[in-house]
Amino acid sequence: MATTAMQRTTADTTSRAGSPWTGTIPLLRFALRRDRILLPAWVVGFAAMVAFSVSATKDLYPTIASRVEAADAINATAALVALYGRVYDPTSLGALSLIKLTAFGAALVSVVFVFLTVRHTRSEEESGRLELLVAGVVGRAAPLGAALVYGFVGSIALGLLTTAGLVAVGLPVSGSVAFGISWMLSGIVFTAIAGVAAQLTVSHRAAIGLGVLAVAIAYVLRAVGDLAEGEPGWLSWLSPIGWSQQIRPFAGDRWWVTAIPIAATVILVPVAFALRSRRDLGSGLIADRLGPATGRLSTVDALTWRLQRGMLVAWLAGVAVMGFVLGSVAENISGLLDSEQMRQYIAILGGEQVLVDAFLAAEVAIFGVVIGGYAVSAMSRLRAEESSDHAELLLSTATRRVRWAVSHFGFALLATALVLAVGGFAVGLGHGASIGDVPGQTVRLTLAALGQLPAVWVMAALVLVIFGWLPRAVPAAWGLLVAFIVLGEFGALWDLPSWVLDLSPFAHSPTLPGQDVAWGSIVGLLAVAAFLTVLGLAGWRRRDLS
Amino acid sequence: MNDVISLSGVVKRFGPVVALDGLDLTVTSGEVHAFLGPNGAGKTTTLRVLLGLLRADEGAMQVLGMDPWHDAAALHRRLAYVPGDVSLWPSLSGGEVIDLIGRLRGGIDPARRDDLISLFDLDPRKKGRSYSKGNRQKVALIAALASDVELYLLDEPTSGLDPIMEAAFRDCVRDLRAEGRTILLSSHILSEAEALSDRVSIIRDGAIVESGTLEELRHLTRTTVVARVERPPSGLVELAGVHDLHSEDGELTAQVESHAMPAFVAALAASGVVSLESHPPTLEDLFLQHYART
Repeated sequence: MATTAMQRTTADTTSRAGSPWTGTIPLLRFALRRDRILLPAWVVGFAAMVAFSVSATKDLYPTIASRVEAADAINATAALVALYGRVYDPTSLGALSLIKLTAFGAALVSVVFVFLTVRHTRSEEESGRLELLVAGVVGRAAPLGAALVYGFVGSIALGLLTTAGLVAVGLPVSGSVAFGISWMLSGIVFTAIAGVAAQLTVSHRAAIGLGVLAVAIAYVLRAVGDLAEGEPGWLSWLSPIGWSQQIRPFAGDRWWVTAIPIAATVILVPVAFALRSRRDLGSGLIADRLGPATGRLSTVDALTWRLQRGMLVAWLAGVAVMGFVLGSVAENISGLLDSEQMRQYIAILGGEQVLVDAFLAAEVAIFGVVIGGYAVSAMSRLRAEESSDHAELLLSTATRRVRWAVSHFGFALLATALVLAVGGFAVGLGHGASIGDVPGQTVRLTLAALGQLPAVWVMAALVLVIFGWLPRAVPAAWGLLVAFIVLGEFGALWDLPSWVLDLSPFAHSPTLPGQDVAWGSIVGLLAVAAFLTVLGLAGWRRRDLS
Repeated sequence: MNDVISLSGVVKRFGPVVALDGLDLTVTSGEVHAFLGPNGAGKTTTLRVLLGLLRADEGAMQVLGMDPWHDAAALHRRLAYVPGDVSLWPSLSGGEVIDLIGRLRGGIDPARRDDLISLFDLDPRKKGRSYSKGNRQKVALIAALASDVELYLLDEPTSGLDPIMEAAFRDCVRDLRAEGRTILLSSHILSEAEALSDRVSIIRDGAIVESGTLEELRHLTRTTVVARVERPPSGLVELAGVHDLHSEDGELTAQVESHAMPAFVAALAASGVVSLESHPPTLEDLFLQHYART
């Protein structure tokens, strides 16, 4: 509703000649037209995932007693609480069956809206396309205004469709509305956050990086906050994803919580516009310095390193902080085991160590897919270099095509190994510090994290194949990664056949620490990565530069 | 062998679009060859095929005696390319790009590089994202001109340069020519081609419609004649090869094809010619003639 009012205001102001808002509506229409497939695909995909997820699980818990049992088991397992949050009403079918999608789903939604918002703000500005528009009858604030309204409209559509899906599969209307609103507000808040991020940096890549970092921080804050006993700790209340969770759909439907994200948006939007009005088109808030008059770069590899190093440093810092925080909470798990029944259950499974290991292994697995995202992002550089015509200039020199592609691919292989190792090391450091065994735990968890490397390499090689054969489809690699994540999280729940689950490379990663390594799977993943590499380079070798 | 570039019957399709439709092009060693055509005629596609960045669907091609698709890297050591739309890495300074591209091509002469930087008045310390179109073009031009190569492929190299820089560029091209290097210069600026080139090829819809020295091409076209005569001339209209004949108050203008010139002049003389002016066709006339004809 807020948006229709906002649209009306912008429509009114467009009629005033020379207003900074002039052109907002045409730009908004243009953005919707540009994304007429992309946006509906995301929205329908998310709504379908929710409905599908509920319809697959609702028959699993027919009685209140069976739900309470399952919910208690989740609430007593720190790994699950940290990853997904708590089931606030153990008797509620909706709260139980949507536990995996409440916080985790909100985080995915947030990432998508960060991408969409930067796509329509900083990407346009960086490419110079915006200059063409702003030179016409378009006010200074209009492009940002249109992008924000676009994100808000998309979030509202997502909220409506998600609600409809939940009602359709037979959940109570009130809770369905609350869940739809919880996702909608995540989308809206992160649209606003991305709107701010897009003003700070000059490159769209850095803006996306900032936005995704904000999502990651929000997720970790609530993970740590949720581990507090009883009510969530104050850290959860600092997190936009925590706000979505604390609306508690199907478990009280606390409407008053919606005031927090709305207030945050009301503060962030003027901040974004204020930042916009303080800078020139094309610039960030941090002015460009002059570079050297002569260069030391003399090889393709040196150039690759130069182009990729900023992102690598950001990832290393990110995983180091996230790993340390998550590692240091692993030890608190024993404190959460308050029921005698649970203690006995754990003892049968092999004692607390098993539980701690399961928690750590779940973290390591999450690191695996997240760093799979880094592999996609690093490999997408190849396509970005091509479509921005940098590759044309480079390949008109004595640089061989394959050599150039291998330079970025090789970097992706090494960089993902480094990021995984540092992430594992940081988890080990956090965990080791809390149990007094830093040397042992750092080695153990670094190795555990490196267990994810073969699957991450398959991901990098998949991008190479897409680049080699269908260069325009390289952004679809992100969709592929999301599909793998969804398969891993929900595939078993949805009772999909095992061959479908096995499509995800991450399904073949070892569960470390705690279990034995299936060397066959690792060798298999490496063989697949090698095959895909050869396939991808063969495609690249024979195709036109485009 | 004397031909630096020889393309024959080159066809390049992009899906249903035929970008090059049986293109023939010959560039001989040591010449400045202008490659003329409006936007979308296939100039850039031709250059990308010559560089092995695009693979031709049909046709035979040799550049410096090599196959551009298979021997791309070896070939590129011996040539330098300036793209039509230069795009630089936003975070690299102009100087870094010049040195990088030069080194990747096989080496750069630092003294020549510095001369060119001052000739083109470029600040090499600025980052790629803060350069204007003209300055981005200068970066690519300096990187190319500072390389010691046999062949230069320049795709509309002056389209973003101001007139002073354009003059500097022309001087550079004349110097390179004097050193015996070969230059293929794609352009739609006719005065530039007229001032610099030894030979010209005109491309239209992916095929070469005319190729030769400017002199040769002028023979193929019409000369504008303006004459003042005492008596209205007779028999001119019937002459084959005379066009747009107008005669008013003793002043006569016409377009005359070269083969019709002797008969035309004879007929004028018979009418008591008082004054006679004739203009050789400009490249522009040539060009318009090919593009107006449908």
